Amino acid sequence: MPIYAQPMEAVTQQHATEPHAPPRVETIRLQPTTGFSRVLAPRELWRYRDLAAQIAVRDITVRYRQTLLGAIWAVLQPVGLMVVFSLFFGGLAGVSSNGLPYPLFSLAAVVPWTFFANAQLLGSESLVGNSALVSKIYFPRIFMPAGILVAGFVDLGIAIVILLTVVLIWGFVPSVAILSLPLLIVIAAAAALGTSTALSALNVRYRDVRYVVPFAIQIWLFASPVAYPSSLLEEPWRTLSAINPMVGVVEGFRWATLGTGAAPWDLIGVSAVSACALLIAGLAYFDRVERGFADYI
Amino acid sequence: MGDVAIETDGLGKRYRLGLYRRGYGTLREAISGAFGRDGEDESDYDGPDFLWALRDLSLTIRSGEVVGLIGHNGAGKSTLLKVLSRITEPSAGFADVTGRVGSLLEVGTGFHPELTGRENVYLNGAILGMRRAEIRARFDEIVEFAEVERFLDTPVKRYSSGMSVRLAFAVAAHLEPEILLVDEVLAVGDASFQRKSLGKLTEVASEGRTVIFVSHNLAIIQALCTRGVLLERGEAVADGPVKVTIDGYLGALERAASDDLLERTDRDRRGYYDTQIKRVEIRNHHGGPPDVIVAGEPATIAVDLTEHLPTLECRITIVDGLGQPVTTFDSEVSAEVDVRDPSLDARIECVIRSLPLMPGRYRIDLLLKAGRQIQDGLQAAGFFEVQPGVVDGRPTPITGSDGDVVLSHLWRLPP
Repeated sequence: MPIYAQPMEAVTQQHATEPHAPPRVETIRLQPTTGFSRVLAPRELWRYRDLAAQIAVRDITVRYRQTLLGAIWAVLQPVGLMVVFSLFFGGLAGVSSNGLPYPLFSLAAVVPWTFFANAQLLGSESLVGNSALVSKIYFPRIFMPAGILVAGFVDLGIAIVILLTVVLIWGFVPSVAILSLPLLIVIAAAAALGTSTALSALNVRYRDVRYVVPFAIQIWLFASPVAYPSSLLEEPWRTLSAINPMVGVVEGFRWATLGTGAAPWDLIGVSAVSACALLIAGLAYFDRVERGFADYI
Repeated sequence: MGDVAIETDGLGKRYRLGLYRRGYGTLREAISGAFGRDGEDESDYDGPDFLWALRDLSLTIRSGEVVGLIGHNGAGKSTLLKVLSRITEPSAGFADVTGRVGSLLEVGTGFHPELTGRENVYLNGAILGMRRAEIRARFDEIVEFAEVERFLDTPVKRYSSGMSVRLAFAVAAHLEPEILLVDEVLAVGDASFQRKSLGKLTEVASEGRTVIFVSHNLAIIQALCTRGVLLERGEAVADGPVKVTIDGYLGALERAASDDLLERTDRDRRGYYDTQIKRVEIRNHHGGPPDVIVAGEPATIAVDLTEHLPTLECRITIVDGLGQPVTTFDSEVSAEVDVRDPSLDARIECVIRSLPLMPGRYRIDLLLKAGRQIQDGLQAAGFFEVQPGVVDGRPTPITGSDGDVVLSHLWRLPP
């Protein structure tokens, strides 16, 4: 039958006999598939949009339930990291902060970093942690890591408000550069989604991921200019280092919220390209292995 | 009725046995394997490394049909539901599914313990494929059915298991898909809730929805379904009116039971096998033919084993013709009346003073344990027939009455 050009393509037909039935009834052909085209099938994602919303709501609701401090954790994590960095790197080690007060310098970097790190940590566990669901119910599996990412936006929003408050109290006034924040957040989110989808998929088959991720995130933290300025690196290494997407994001956040220094567009540009590459590679890998999740989880 | 709801053609599902795929053991190979060609060689698919949970299955199910899937554990019933509900992909052939599919493969999957009952209704509804507006419209009905009004804003982790199961079933039962796939969900909750759920399912079935139902309880299948499909090792071996299929299945079980039990290889057989069930027989006490007992007469169930183990415990379950367990005898709970008899060697006997069963055919399921481990277990190890008789001075009721058990009783009537 030539109408089934694509494995998962649905064919619509009018259905007039039952008054209660929805007006359109689709025939879906289930058959072995190879290659790509499941995750990114827009029709499939749209069909399950209500579930996507419910999963995101669940991830947001559950995150701080039965915790004493609740959403304050969204603030405590970056602020705590900032304090530690200020004491050890800014104070004891005397790391340069490009002439900015070190606490501000590090807080502006720690805020996007915390968002990125949590998306990795929680996202990589999202499929395995919901294995009962994955092995019993069909839905586009991408909703699991994506839901974690969406829930992370709430924390990020709270943290940004705190960051801007501290910036203002310290006497800095953000310039129009602050308008670039959404772009920077999109870059961080793309990179986070790319890696967390791939890691969550890998975790289904190899539980090694569980042990690798926390360790890798620590390495990644020190490979990103969170505790130090990227200007410590000499060109061309400085620009090349932005292949790590968090380099552009972190330096961009400093520039956008503190309103000082030159715009690091070179770093942001390189990071944007590499974040896109990460996203595409991550989704492609997820797409390839998604069909086996229920069998291997 | 009339339109085809589900059509499968040559449908197959292959699983790889063992822990790791050959040549797929390292992370590097996993990544290159995911992007490159899969390393499997098709000629291996019939080899010992693979199991075909479904094989060459061709079925046409019309909309409005209520189909019961029957078969041993591991016959492929659940796998078929998993494929039809898109949880897993088939490995061969295809299935065309027309209409929205709701699957009830396990009650309560998707409940999040930290969320309240109310939040879980919305989440679980969405997981089962309901639109938000539909859930809102039916919310009160769901809560009423589940009988959890007072606990709606309590996290589900503080629910009793009965409560969460009721709520989960209530959500699922109010789904309105064109096709409903149900796997053994009635094995939950207390008896009154089971009756309620069964009533709900009957209602769903009578509304012209297509239902595929899996249960080990043949009585429920027979009550609910119009058509029965018998699966054996992934293949459909019988397909027809539900009564005919069930009779065929029971007949096949009986034929298997009459053979040497040591040669049985059905999948229910599990355990350490330090000792195995060789033979089972139920005898009356005056030397008539074995496996035929008169109601109310004494009977002995004798189980022959390959070896006697000191801590051996035997559990015998009597099951009626529709798969409903009638009673269980368990030697784990010892009593003063029990006897140790050296002449028995490797044989265990269970003596029943007076068999209080209604006339009909029954089957014997066996489970052997020693040292707290299952040694052997066999469903349908033997069959016997109960003939009309006299129980405590009263003749067994005339056929056509309900129930399996005859209790000793008398009537007091006006003169």
